[in-house]
Amino acid sequence: MLEFDDIQHILLMRVPALTGRYEFLSFRNATGGRTWLSAIREKVQSAAEVRASVEQEKRWVTVAFTWNGLRALGVDEASMATFPEEFRQGMVARAEMLGDTGANHPDKWVGGLASPSLHALVILFAGDEAERERCVTEHNKFIAQCRDVEVLSSLDLAAVPPFIYAHDHFGYRDRLSQPVIEGSGEVLTPGSGAPLKPGEFILGYPDEAGPPANLPQPEILSRNGSYMAYRRLQEHVGRFREFLRQNADTPEEQELLAAKLMGRWRSGAPLVLSPTKDDPMLAVDPQRNNDFNYKEMDPQGYAVPLGSHARRMNPRDTAANMNRRRMIRRGATYGPYLPEDAPEDGVERGIAAFVICASLIRQFEFAQNVWANDRNFHELGNERDPVIGNQDGTLEFKIPKRPIRKKITGLPAFTTVRGGAYFFLPGIKALRYLATLGDVR
Amino acid sequence: MSDASKQTSWSKPAAMAIPKGGFFKDKVEQGRYGPIFPKTPACYGFSILAKVIPGREERFYEYARNIEQAVAAQPDCLAVLKLHYLRWVLFPIKGDTYFMYQGIFDTDFDKYTEDAVNLFAATGLRTVFENLEGFPPDWQTNAPAFVKFVREHQCPSFLEYGEYPYVSAEEIKKALRLKAAFSDMLDQMQ
Repeated sequence: MLEFDDIQHILLMRVPALTGRYEFLSFRNATGGRTWLSAIREKVQSAAEVRASVEQEKRWVTVAFTWNGLRALGVDEASMATFPEEFRQGMVARAEMLGDTGANHPDKWVGGLASPSLHALVILFAGDEAERERCVTEHNKFIAQCRDVEVLSSLDLAAVPPFIYAHDHFGYRDRLSQPVIEGSGEVLTPGSGAPLKPGEFILGYPDEAGPPANLPQPEILSRNGSYMAYRRLQEHVGRFREFLRQNADTPEEQELLAAKLMGRWRSGAPLVLSPTKDDPMLAVDPQRNNDFNYKEMDPQGYAVPLGSHARRMNPRDTAANMNRRRMIRRGATYGPYLPEDAPEDGVERGIAAFVICASLIRQFEFAQNVWANDRNFHELGNERDPVIGNQDGTLEFKIPKRPIRKKITGLPAFTTVRGGAYFFLPGIKALRYLATLGDVR
Repeated sequence: MSDASKQTSWSKPAAMAIPKGGFFKDKVEQGRYGPIFPKTPACYGFSILAKVIPGREERFYEYARNIEQAVAAQPDCLAVLKLHYLRWVLFPIKGDTYFMYQGIFDTDFDKYTEDAVNLFAATGLRTVFENLEGFPPDWQTNAPAFVKFVREHQCPSFLEYGEYPYVSAEEIKKALRLKAAFSDMLDQMQ
C-alpha cells in the first residue's frame, strides 16, 4: 500500500497548472536552511492532500534538495555517504557522460545551477497568473526575513498557447505515455504495459527486481522519497521551423518531417498507427494513442525512424528490461510563445522538466547516455536523439523509406541544455526530519 | 574517428597498440560507472581474470551445460549484450585454479550493466561468478558492486587486431542475410 500522505504530490500526480515558478536556493548555514524549511514544508502537499482537494486548490508546492543541500541542512556525514554515488557527485560532475559538452557544457549554464552552492529547489505550480503572483510575493517576503537563505535564480513557467492541451514550443503534444505505478490508482491504458512496482519510482517499496535494497539512511529520510533530474532545455524554435522549411517542400511534408523527428505527429497521434497522415482524433483517444509497439508493427522504422526521439526514450518492445528504465516526467514550458509567422527573436524559451526515478544511474542516466546520446543506437552509426541529444552539426538523421531512405546530414541542435541538477525529493515526514535536525531528539 | 568513418574502413585490417593500463590518456570516455575501455579494431571487449574458490571447479562445468541449454532454448537470451564471442577458460597457477571470462562485443559494458546483471540472474551465470573469490554476495541488488568487481578483475589488452575492424555483429548478420536473400533471388530466377 502506497503511503499517499507521506509522498510529495509531484511524484504521483499532475496538477491542472497553467503557470508556475521554480526557485533555486542556497543556504548560508544549517540553521538558516532549517528555518526556511520549517515554514515552507507547511505548504508542501502530499499526494493524499492533492487528491482530496485538486479541484479547490490553486497552487501546489514541491521541495527538493541537492546532495550539497542535504549536507548544508546538517545531515551527518555517515548518512550523506549512504546516498548513491551519482547523486553525491551531482549532474555537473556527470556532464560528459550525459552528453552535456560543447554548447551544453555546465560552464555555460545559467541561474547558478552548476554551482555547488545550489542547495534547494521549490517548485510552484499555479492555476493562474494571479495565484502565482500572490505566492511569489508571499515567498519573497518570507525569504527577505531569512537572512541566511539566498535565491540563486528563479524561472517563471508559462504554458504555450493554445492552452487547451499541453505542448512544447515546437508544437509537440506532451504528457503522453507515462508509466503507471502499481497501487497508485492510475488508470491503465492499452499499450502502457503492466503497472510497475512502486520501488521503480518511490524509495522504500519493492521494485521490479525485488525488495528494496541499498536505501539511504536513516530510513525516515529516504522512505517515500525519490530522485529528480532537472533539465532546463532551451528550444530554438526559429531554427527548428527553418529546418522543416528547408528539408520539406509543402506544409504537409513539413508536418511529416516534424513527426519523423519525434515519432508522433505534433498532435500526439502515434506514427506507428497513422504513418502517412495526422489523426487528431487518435491523438486524444487514450484507449488508442499509446497502443502500439515497434518490434512487430514497425521493425524497420518505416513509420517511426529508429533514431527518433520517442523511439529512443521509450523503445517499448525493442529494448531489454524496459521495466527498469522507465521514468516519470513532470515540468512545464517557459518563455514567450513565438508566433508561427514570427522570425526568431533571440529570447530564451523551452522546457524546464524533471525526470523522477528511484535510481538516477539506472534510469535517467541510462536514457541520456545510451538512448539519447549513443551515436550507434540501433546501429545508426552517426546519430543522436534529434530533439534532446547533443547535436554539434556533424551528425545525421535517417528516415527509412521505400525504396531509398532519406538521410539528413548536418542536423542542427534544436535544443541546448541551459542548466540541470540532481535533487532528492524527500517524503513529507522526511521534510520534518530535515527541518528539525538540529533539535534535541 | 567517428563511428561513420569506422564503418567504411572494414576492408582494411587494423591493429591498435594500447597504453599500459588500457586507456589513451588524452581521450578517456566516461561511462556511468567510470572510464570506458576504448573501442579497438576488435570492437569492445573484456578479459576478466579471477581466482576460483578452492573446490568449486566442478560448478564451472555444470554451469557450461546450463548455458548451452539456456541458449539452445532461447537463442536470443544474450542479445542485450551485443556480443560477437564469449570464451570461458579455467587454468592453474601454482596449484590454484583461475578463471578467465573473455568477451568481444559491440557496446561498452557500462551501457548495459544493469541489463547484464539481470540477464546473469536469469540465465544461470550467477553460479559461476559466485564461485569466484571476492565476488559481492549482494550483486543481484547492487549493480555498482558487480561493476566494481568486474572492473577490478579486468585485465586490459595492450594490443588488439581486427581483420574487418569495427564491424558490428549486427552488420555481419545483415550482410549474411543480404547474401542469403540474393542467393534466394537468383534461385527464383532460374
